[in-house]
Amino acid sequence: MKTRPYPAWISRLFILLVAALTCTGFMQMPLAKRYALTTLPGMAWTGDFFLVHRIHYVLGTVLLFLVALVAVNWLKSWRNWLALTGLGLARAVVVGGLVVSGLLRVYRNLPGVTLDPTWILTIEWTHLILVMVLGVLALVALARRASAYAVRK
Amino acid sequence: MSEKKHRTGAISRRGFLKALGVGSAGALVPAAPALAAQERVPAPSDGELATLLDLSKCIGCGACVEACRESNAAKFPEPVKPFPAMLPSRRAKPEDWSDLRDVDDRLTPYNWLFLQNAEVEYRGESYDINIPRRCMHCQNPPCANMCPFGAANKQVNGLTRISPNLCFGGAKCRTVCPWHIPQRQSGVGPYRHVLPRLAGNGVMYKCDRCYQLLDKGELPACIAACPEDVQTIGPRHEIVARAQALAKEMDGFIYGLEENGGTNTLYVSPVPFELINQAIDKDSGPGANRRAGKKSGQGKRKRSPLGPGKPHMGPVKDVMADEANLATAAFIAPVAGIAAGVLGLGSKLLNKGEGDHED
Ligand code: SF4
Ligand code: SF4
Ligand code: SF4
Repeated sequence: MKTRPYPAWISRLFILLVAALTCTGFMQMPLAKRYALTTLPGMAWTGDFFLVHRIHYVLGTVLLFLVALVAVNWLKSWRNWLALTGLGLARAVVVGGLVVSGLLRVYRNLPGVTLDPTWILTIEWTHLILVMVLGVLALVALARRASAYAVRK
Repeated sequence: MSEKKHRTGAISRRGFLKALGVGSAGALVPAAPALAAQERVPAPSDGELATLLDLSKCIGCGACVEACRESNAAKFPEPVKPFPAMLPSRRAKPEDWSDLRDVDDRLTPYNWLFLQNAEVEYRGESYDINIPRRCMHCQNPPCANMCPFGAANKQVNGLTRISPNLCFGGAKCRTVCPWHIPQRQSGVGPYRHVLPRLAGNGVMYKCDRCYQLLDKGELPACIAACPEDVQTIGPRHEIVARAQALAKEMDGFIYGLEENGGTNTLYVSPVPFELINQAIDKDSGPGANRRAGKKSGQGKRKRSPLGPGKPHMGPVKDVMADEANLATAAFIAPVAGIAAGVLGLGSKLLNKGEGDHED
């Protein structure tokens, strides 16, 4: 089952967002300067932690909108004629975890919010580990040529 | 609240605080002292403790600097040498202060408090101002918010702290701190066991407001040791009121109220901070008081064994303000997505391109 039963633009936008979020997410670690990414033409911005952070927020916002839109449509109608694949379900769960931990991270950064350090650690590492899990799952899906999240029933 | 054992010299300060109505030892820590660090309070700043430094009183004796070193000696790094060879070696250089432990004229991993001096002419009078400098303990600290590992954190009682067991020493906290306060020591910390050659470079160190003493209801060492009662600590709203009253009384100025959106360290001075900033011995480099990360994040500063570690006293805008604004959008997005879906706004778009298989 190669053709996706849902619109291609959703897949494309989703893949683009996740890729850009992964990139700006990893740039939260002080890697750009150390590994000379900032010296590549047009890549100097990767060394500006605040800028990269803001881009990550904006991309995250778009992803949240898309995920919510898809989820509602799933509940409204798609689930009647679509079935999640095993890998699709696994990735959906991971994306859900990323969304929740990401939102918690945004919440934590609000002025006036102070969370217990243990909580912060949990949120931080959940977010970091889940993105790696998502990467592994995406590779497995690619290798199995089963990258669609859902197929027709 | 039961009586605590006092450190020598702390009693008078305690009495002083009491007399000023700042509160008893118990009031210094909002909850049960032992639990204060663990409590989860997602509420605004009421439980935060702030310090007030009356710069008109400081005689520059250095007792606070000495006390800080003594009180925190057990936390200082003991690096393992030789340091791991890092890649790429040209860009990832070790920072080593372990042979310069005596340096006390700037911030280092072994010196979390130092004195700056500014001789200032103001309204025809000359002032000799001594300024104890250390972490400002920002209310919305970028060092903590931006740390990718959760190693730097703000506590409920208003102080920020870097956990040496989690810090990889990437020094991002120093880059994003408007004052570039945390200082790095290589050869210690988890990076040595994880990816010593490829990631990390030690551990970052800075003033943690003597959390181990605060948790016991005792005063931070620098406050207890000061012979001139330069510092006062208490709930932030009280300290802010006190700072404002003091500034009014001396027709002076406050630093820390607006800077970076508000800090839990307030300096009150009889002379404007612009003048102090111009006169203090500092080498934080050009652009240090501009938005952090822009200039300093791009390898502009030269790193020498005695590099920047002398914070400025210039204006600082709220560096996390944009993030706070974008946060609203992030919280609205899922709601908007759901609304769009429910209203069927999405279905038209969603069904597009799907015609090839709807029968
Ligand atoms: S002064 Fe710098 S190190 Fe201290 S809390 Fe603020 S951002 Fe963090
Ligand atoms: S509060 Fe403690 S750690 Fe901070 S400067 Fe004072 S003595 Fe040093
Ligand atoms: S101990 Fe007090 S008077 Fe002496 S340098 Fe420190 S703050 Fe100033």
